[in-house]
Amino acid sequence: MIRLAAQRIALGLLTLFLVSVLIFAGTEILPGDVATAVLGQSATPDAVEAIRRSLGLHDPAAVRYLNWLRAFLTGDVGTSLATGRPVGPDLWLRLTNTFFLAGTAAAIAVPLALILGITTAIFRDSLYDRLANILGLAAISLPEFFVGYLLILLLSVQLGWLPSLAMVSPEMSLAARLETIALPTITLVLAVLAYIMRMTRTAVLDVMSHPYIEMAVLKGVPPARLVLQHALPNALAPIIQVIAFNLAYLVVGVVLVEVVFVYPGIGQYLVDAVSKRDVTVVQACGLVFGVTYVGLNVLADILVIFVNPRLRYAR
Amino acid sequence: MSRTTLSGAIGLAIALTIAVLVMLAPLIAPHGEAELVGEVWAPPSAEAWLGTDNLGRDLFSRLLYGGRITLLIALGSTLLAFAIGCALGFTAAIAGGWTDTMLARGVDAVMAIPTLIFALVLLSVLGTSMPVLIGTIACLASTRVFRLSRAVAGNIVTLDYFEAARLRGEGLGWLMAYEVLPNALPPLTAEFGLRLCANFLFIASLSFLGLGIQPPLADWGGMVRDNAAAISYGGLAPLIPAAAIGVFAIAINLVVDWSLALQSGQRDR
Repeated sequence: MIRLAAQRIALGLLTLFLVSVLIFAGTEILPGDVATAVLGQSATPDAVEAIRRSLGLHDPAAVRYLNWLRAFLTGDVGTSLATGRPVGPDLWLRLTNTFFLAGTAAAIAVPLALILGITTAIFRDSLYDRLANILGLAAISLPEFFVGYLLILLLSVQLGWLPSLAMVSPEMSLAARLETIALPTITLVLAVLAYIMRMTRTAVLDVMSHPYIEMAVLKGVPPARLVLQHALPNALAPIIQVIAFNLAYLVVGVVLVEVVFVYPGIGQYLVDAVSKRDVTVVQACGLVFGVTYVGLNVLADILVIFVNPRLRYAR
Repeated sequence: MSRTTLSGAIGLAIALTIAVLVMLAPLIAPHGEAELVGEVWAPPSAEAWLGTDNLGRDLFSRLLYGGRITLLIALGSTLLAFAIGCALGFTAAIAGGWTDTMLARGVDAVMAIPTLIFALVLLSVLGTSMPVLIGTIACLASTRVFRLSRAVAGNIVTLDYFEAARLRGEGLGWLMAYEVLPNALPPLTAEFGLRLCANFLFIASLSFLGLGIQPPLADWGGMVRDNAAAISYGGLAPLIPAAAIGVFAIAINLVVDWSLALQSGQRDR
């Protein structure tokens, strides 16, 4: 089992290597010169040459890639082209902010979605089940910014319960921070809740159609115990995959939500950097998102091996 | 009529109505796309049915013009994504061996990066002109089309009629166009709806982030962004285009559910 897990991790590291190559290639080799792009209108030949030299643009692409990767691995993420400040401290502060927001949303969404998914499976085709499904379909289709602005209008402007802008600073107490991020958290919870709920329901119902469940019904196992003890353990693998997929989605969906609520997270940092064409920041943010995304997927693979003994032996 | 059929018909009706309305924007819109008609964020009136936007332009007219661009980009990028994805997917399935392995691994690597993040990385270098937007969205969406078309074509190439055509000495293009494509169409049509919806939401998101269609052109995502500040005065201006995006996305999803149900022969779910 440890060997299988190690294989997954090795595969994840290989994927990460490819991801880093792609992000680097995307920003460096594609047409459009970084130096000219940064300077824009004020691109005199001398200025362009100076920037090219400072960025080492005269080296071959492979050398630049290795230098960039080595610097990144040793914790030096470079200097922002737009502000001239080192990227590291800003990136770290914003990353912790984003993880705080995404983590809070996940801590609420995952247990709630599991409870809803399992109960809709138990009370299948009841009014409750249908209502939850219809609302779920609507929540999946609505873009995050619609939900976000609707919440601002209702809970913040009309009722005045919660702040509309999520401005957090390191000095704030935990309670104050939680209140500040309440609206973005609700928006994110709604974005992933319905998906996990529907997939949990489908996975449980899928297992429920097996003959051994029919056997359990015939011998008189009560419905709740039937679902929790007989069906759920076998439905765990797909549910874990879906949760990991949605946590990964949360990390990305956070970009839009951060912009709606002006939250100082890594998503907003990335969007600002893209509009300023600040390539160093874009590369660093892209890689951080890539690491999180791939890491969550590897984690899910390993957990699935853990809960499903049949996967522990190589085919 | 089952529930899926009914909701599918409703979805189709809504999607078609919106599509026809926005395509006829120049004929229907009471005002021009950039024409100033009144105060900033004026409430609905006879002059401006849905009120005005952050510069005093008619929100209803801009909604029509904006929908046209948003839908055209979504449609264009989806068509391009299918052209690229199917061509590569069928090639991989027919050629097999090294070609297949290299293509599949390459696509896996691209899919390991979240789509929005990869798009932002590309747009930071390429800028946000219309061809770049369509091309970027199409390339990223084509990875999913590749996976599906490769899997579907993989089943077809093991069948006898395909083997017969190959032994006849038909070329790769003929095999793709006359043997694989007609038999792969049903699963691909459902995927087309899903990709169209995803690309539509994607271009709306990019424009909302200020990295999509650039002003003064109207588009739904950009209109949400432009009018966002109205929300703190209790104005509805940003919610109207956002609701339009949501309604269109739900309508397409209902149609897709319907076509999936038709294919699998399921009546419920």
